[in-house]
Amino acid sequence: MKTRWLVVLLLFGLAAFPAFAQDNTLTLVTHDSFNVSESVLAAFEAETGIRVEILRGGDAGTMLNQSILSKSNPLGDVLFGVDNTFLGRALDEDLFVPYESPLLESVPEALRLDAEFRVTPIDYGDVCLNYDIAYFEKNDLPLPASLQDLTRLEYKGLLVVQNPATSSPGLAFLLATVGAFGTEGDYTYLDFWADLVANDVLVTEGWEDAYFGQFTAGGGGGTRPLVVSYASSPPFTIVEETGQPTTGSITADDTCFRQIEFAGILRGTDNLEAAQMWIDFMLGPAFQEDLPMQMYVFPANQNAALPDEFAQFAAIPENPAVVPFEDINAGREEWIRAWTEVVLR
Amino acid sequence: MDTGLDRSRAALIRLPLRYGLLLVPAVFLALFYFYPLVSILAVGLTPGGQPDLTGFAEIVTSAYYRHTLGFTLAQAALSTALTLLLALPGAYVFARYDFPAKSLLMALATLPFVLPTVVVAAAFSALVGPRGLVNEGLMFLLGLESPPVQLERTLAIILIVHVFYNYAVALRIIGSYWANQNPRMEEAARVLGAAGWRLWWEIRLPILRPALLAAGTLVFIFTFTSFGVVLILGGPRFATLEVEIYRQTANLLNLPMAAALSLVQIGLMLVMMAVYTRMQRRAAADVVSAASAARPPRSRRARMLVFGNLLFMAVMLFAPLLALMARSFTAGGEGFTTRYYELLFANVRGSVLFVPPMRAVGNSLVFALATTALAVALGLITVYLLSQRGSRWANWLDPLFMMPLATSAVTLGFGYIIALDKPPLNLRASPVLIPLAHTLVAMPFVVRSVLPAKRSITPHLPEAARVLGASPWQVWRFVDLPLISRGLIVGAVFAFTVSMGEFGASLFIARPNTPTMPVVIFRLLGQPGAANYGQALAMSVLLMVVCAVGFILIERLRTVGMGEF
Repeated sequence: MKTRWLVVLLLFGLAAFPAFAQDNTLTLVTHDSFNVSESVLAAFEAETGIRVEILRGGDAGTMLNQSILSKSNPLGDVLFGVDNTFLGRALDEDLFVPYESPLLESVPEALRLDAEFRVTPIDYGDVCLNYDIAYFEKNDLPLPASLQDLTRLEYKGLLVVQNPATSSPGLAFLLATVGAFGTEGDYTYLDFWADLVANDVLVTEGWEDAYFGQFTAGGGGGTRPLVVSYASSPPFTIVEETGQPTTGSITADDTCFRQIEFAGILRGTDNLEAAQMWIDFMLGPAFQEDLPMQMYVFPANQNAALPDEFAQFAAIPENPAVVPFEDINAGREEWIRAWTEVVLR
Repeated sequence: MDTGLDRSRAALIRLPLRYGLLLVPAVFLALFYFYPLVSILAVGLTPGGQPDLTGFAEIVTSAYYRHTLGFTLAQAALSTALTLLLALPGAYVFARYDFPAKSLLMALATLPFVLPTVVVAAAFSALVGPRGLVNEGLMFLLGLESPPVQLERTLAIILIVHVFYNYAVALRIIGSYWANQNPRMEEAARVLGAAGWRLWWEIRLPILRPALLAAGTLVFIFTFTSFGVVLILGGPRFATLEVEIYRQTANLLNLPMAAALSLVQIGLMLVMMAVYTRMQRRAAADVVSAASAARPPRSRRARMLVFGNLLFMAVMLFAPLLALMARSFTAGGEGFTTRYYELLFANVRGSVLFVPPMRAVGNSLVFALATTALAVALGLITVYLLSQRGSRWANWLDPLFMMPLATSAVTLGFGYIIALDKPPLNLRASPVLIPLAHTLVAMPFVVRSVLPAKRSITPHLPEAARVLGASPWQVWRFVDLPLISRGLIVGAVFAFTVSMGEFGASLFIARPNTPTMPVVIFRLLGQPGAANYGQALAMSVLLMVVCAVGFILIERLRTVGMGEF
């Protein structure tokens, strides 16, 4: 008898969880693509005595939505990885408390989209087509010179893109097509996408799956030599023996879209001071100079030095396709919905 | 002296206590089932605070949502037809022939049914996915550079997995119905010259009609609410209503649309459950107990039929599970290694998981134990509530308590995140949210396992005990409990297994610091690289073992068929 009650007691006892430790720990909510050198992070922890926990919540959009859905019980202290394509939603939902970092003055005006300092620009990158150099050489295929070229027969079955509903580069590429073809007229972005579908475009849920899984030069045994990625991706494919990358990016006019990534302090944090120190740290030289080789992007702080490979092989397109920030916020959902109907159904 | 007065006074005192106790499951249901449901209703019908039916209008007018609804129905219909077609020969073999280890095989065939969807998705990916055994073998044998079998992200793989899942359901329902049919009719038809197609079309299928309809409706319901299979294996191109509700919430943050879709889903499910209840009653009513017509296969043809069917079952049902186990040791293609199991213990800061994967095993176990305790306690009270003789409540309380079973887990999870994240009930950050959701799903299983046993207790037994001076507690402890204990244990194991494998609701409500095993498997499967893939498979194997053990326990303890399901 007694033992039986003990078991019952144990069952309920186990169900009561120990409270989560909160002593000077900073939780960073971010997307799956977030990376930082362990040494850089360790230096911050040693210097400040703050322990940093990194909570990856899926792709940028999913992670942001998760934070919005639990905003009355925030998942962490700082959110990093909301970009200009989703900024409007985050600001509308009043997710962040303002903080003006003293380091902001080293950030170019063009990257500072929020005048109220609710978010701080950390990095930017251009979402562009990447190609497998060996594949194009072997097949003696010219590179597509415009988005329109992708609908031609010789590029049939070569391209992999990401679902704009679930992936931030996917959304950026959709915006590039919105910028390039417009939403009205004889040939809109949707006509272009219909042609891409006819040309056997492959859609993945996220960037990782597209690049490492489906891209021929991504190392995952993929079958697609063209992928939507970043203009700054090629330095990561440099082969040691030759010093040359195995991939290149296409930066022709109106084929790319510029993404700016922001960090913000989540409303409801009980660790405001640590959160502000973390924002300063993210804009500081150690993190900013670590960024390019960790996340394939350019540092927002213009005083940060670029790594050699980056300076040499990462391209910056002169004329990316442009869609103003306010238009994105107004049109995003409708464009994604229309895109889903044309491409996925 | 005046014992009669004493007794009635005692009864008077006991009355509030008794009803108070009985109120507990009702309050639980109201708070954690109807309240979230009402919240969905509110968000769906009044998205901006005002009554607004544009969400519903959009479901009808927009080609996109019409297509989603159409696809949900079409894939369910196709899966059902395919399952019935493939299960029919099996049912024939099981109804007509006796062969060694027959009941063991029947039991084994039911195993997939208790496996979590994430495990099954991982198993099929390990078998026929781009990194699966079949592709690796073919690439090696034929010297190919790319995987020749491309089943991922196709309708075919969704259908195959649905057949895998529901084959046993159809086999059991049709097989046992068939075995109980009097074989005279068929013999007469044979004597009169019916053979081949004619025999099937004009005699056997009409006889089986009630069983076919019951099995078909049940399989349709299961595949209609398919979530994990379509989400993981279907890729972005395919979406059932369930998947769409999840995407609208997690990816697009379009809560009014998710709510509208949830309401459509709930409505359709209620209709289908009503249809199923009717069908099941008819299939059960027609059973006449006839002497078993099963005999050993004598002719060569009969032996071929039995053997062929058993081979088919073995390949379809066990190949994926074996592939999963094999692949969990060889995912990277560099030979046998236990590396992926070891990685489960590591907490890498670069990993997509917030905690070491092994923590999820602990979480799942704790959640499952809590769920079991809650579901058993509440289920038991519910059983007593429902089995009160002559109670006019029982008739309409019964379907009420079964409603969570008819509500999809995704809908439930969605309801939880929109309803339970603000005062008065702010449980969003609390780890109890998961056991609460799991209890709702598991409680009907407990009730269904215990109720028949409780109802079978003749009232004389407790009465006799009472006359002999036993206190109510003693009556319960020494009369009721021993009689219902078998059903109680079955129910408890069911609750435990259901909780371990629950995916739809957990995906919505599990916080990154307390993930469950299925959620971790899902996250790992979505990541590139052999290490993530190998870990997903390793964890799937662990989960499969837990569910298989639970399943064996249920099979051994269960006395009657599928209970009341």
